[in-house]
Amino acid sequence: MRLSHSMLSRRRLLSLAALAALTPLSGQASAETITVATVNNADMVVMQSLTNEFEKSHPDIKLDWVVLEENVLRQRLTTDIATKGGQFDVMTIGTYEVPIWAKQGWLTKLDNLPADYNEADLIKPIRDGLSLTEGDDQGLYALPFYGESSMLYYRKDLFEKAGIDMPAKPTWTQVNDWASKLNAPDEGVYGICLRGKPGWGENTALLSTMVNSFGGRWFDEDWKPQLDSPAWNEAVNFYVDLMNNYGPPGATSNGFNENLALFSSGKCGMWVDATSAAGKLYNPKESSVADKLGFAPAPIAKTEKGSHWLWSWALAIPESSKSKDAARTFITWATSEEYINLVGETQGWASIPPGTRKSTYENPAYQEAAPFASFVMDAINSADPTDATLEPVPYVGVQLVTIPEFQSIGTQVGQQMAAALAGQTSVEDALASAQRSTERTMRQSGY
Amino acid sequence: MMTSSTNSVAAASMAVNASRARRSVLNRKLVLTLVAWTIALMMFFPIFWMFLTSFKTEAEAISTPPSLFFTPSIDGYIEIQARADYFKYALNSVVISLGATLLALLIAIPSAYSMAFLPTKRTQTTLLWMLSTKMLPSVGVLLPVYLIFRDLGLLDSRTGLIIIYMLMNLPIVVWMLYTFFKDIPKDILEAGRMDGASTLQEIFHLLLPLTLPGIASTGLLCVILSWNEAFWSLNLTTSNAAPLTAYIASFSSPEGLFWAKLSAASTLAVAPILIFGWMTQKQMVRGLTFGAVK
Repeated sequence: MRLSHSMLSRRRLLSLAALAALTPLSGQASAETITVATVNNADMVVMQSLTNEFEKSHPDIKLDWVVLEENVLRQRLTTDIATKGGQFDVMTIGTYEVPIWAKQGWLTKLDNLPADYNEADLIKPIRDGLSLTEGDDQGLYALPFYGESSMLYYRKDLFEKAGIDMPAKPTWTQVNDWASKLNAPDEGVYGICLRGKPGWGENTALLSTMVNSFGGRWFDEDWKPQLDSPAWNEAVNFYVDLMNNYGPPGATSNGFNENLALFSSGKCGMWVDATSAAGKLYNPKESSVADKLGFAPAPIAKTEKGSHWLWSWALAIPESSKSKDAARTFITWATSEEYINLVGETQGWASIPPGTRKSTYENPAYQEAAPFASFVMDAINSADPTDATLEPVPYVGVQLVTIPEFQSIGTQVGQQMAAALAGQTSVEDALASAQRSTERTMRQSGY
Repeated sequence: MMTSSTNSVAAASMAVNASRARRSVLNRKLVLTLVAWTIALMMFFPIFWMFLTSFKTEAEAISTPPSLFFTPSIDGYIEIQARADYFKYALNSVVISLGATLLALLIAIPSAYSMAFLPTKRTQTTLLWMLSTKMLPSVGVLLPVYLIFRDLGLLDSRTGLIIIYMLMNLPIVVWMLYTFFKDIPKDILEAGRMDGASTLQEIFHLLLPLTLPGIASTGLLCVILSWNEAFWSLNLTTSNAAPLTAYIASFSSPEGLFWAKLSAASTLAVAPILIFGWMTQKQMVRGLTFGAVK
């Protein structure tokens, strides 16, 4: 009797536990909930922390956040949007995905934006990068959250000590000379820090701008890969020599973050990278070189074309979303002038998401907090994804090619370049191998 | 005289031998202890380092050479709690891993029973085939699973993850239970049957109590595997059903410093299962070595 009793209670316990485990979450409150997927960059973290402000002014909309690392997020979003899973109402995607996904019919077109959104205030190259400019579906498909180009950061104190004057338009040859003068590994300072970590959004981005400026291109007009061309050879040899002679050891594991940490702790004489690093480098809390920071345009070689990149993170609404109106209300709020002012007032003007609106750069409060403001604006304005190479090309993009195959091509090429930088293979072999794998990918895709 | 001296010499040499033998046993013990401690420390070091890092500031966390002595701060913990509610994710992890384990045991016990006590010609092949499904990389079936889940409305639900984790762990659970059950002499079950026990009574009153350590360790392993799983939890959940693995993932970033925050999030995420593991390690070891010595 005792046994069967204990058995019964055990059974009951088991079934209760199973039931509890299987019960899905209880229904949501009456407000419409939208799920926002975003990356874990500082500006997005600020956006997440302002959730309450949005929900206060829009009591009928509730925000749910999914924050992931860039690569994980990209894969997660691609799975969902390609299968029309409908798990997300707002997606944070970049200049690369927007035109490709828009062409597939995966994104909601954003026409008839409210008048107070002031669409004309958006910076043109950034706005164009998020639009389809050809075909029947022309229009804007995502709203820019922040934008960036690339530039050269340098240490004013070290330049002064070495007696170097920074010209208005530095060249890569000059950068090489300066790096040799500044390089003092015994004192813990390397001449230059550049990205070496493989990936289409890492070293390939920087190398693409170098190749552009050395007169090269990814593909010719017939989509034939050009990685075995003299321009690529020259640019990559230059990069590998520069980094081996005057760069930090183990540069193949340095991406944006690692270089930011190196430069802000005073270990690099120069650094060519995203303009969005400026706010962090100028913040004395995060950077020990805040008072010694100089900046100049990204170096050039044979041509100015394509010497600095263009990128923006933007908010888009997938076609599969079931709450398109609420999602639209949210993305117009998060990319509005009102939002930028809100961030400026609550978080400080140096922390606002930059590079999206002309009005930001006309704002005296921002100009005062960010001495690099007008400089960055010029860099963004002069980056032209439709004319980024010396010779004609069939694609759009400065540091990338807006075709679906580019993610894998860019990463494979990046891996070959990292192997060359690490000395595992020669530059010639790395480029020949990159050319073969790119040709194969393009052939398989039917180009 | 002669004999006694020989005896005493023999005794002395025996004593020397014995002390030598004792010393060599001692030496061996010492070496083994040292090796065991070294391995244990090496395995524990990353967790210890993560724990230390979680109390550093972001700048200290990336400093080279790394700092061992610093003023601890709990800013990392405060900041991660401000950004996402830890307890929501922890509750999901608990519910999902316990649910998946219970469901897996519920299905595996009868199937292991039939395979252990009523084997057929194909039992061995079936067991191997079950295990072979574990060799398929998960990403290979991501799209079909995603589509099925979409159509069944299981995306971002705890039920969905419980089912996936149950399926994922089922082969291992069946295998482990099968080996434990096989060690039980058939005679005991037969004796029970002679006394008029039904199959269910046989399982509940004889088999389960006899193999409880084994079942417990299988269950514990299943809980740990479900707790740590990151691929499906990241791909099939968004916010409602996201467990701790998704919580950790949200603190890694390609832009800006995040090591201290990530360490704080990871410390919080592994703490429950670590404590759980410590508390149950006796059962685990007992279960895993269950029936090893006959």
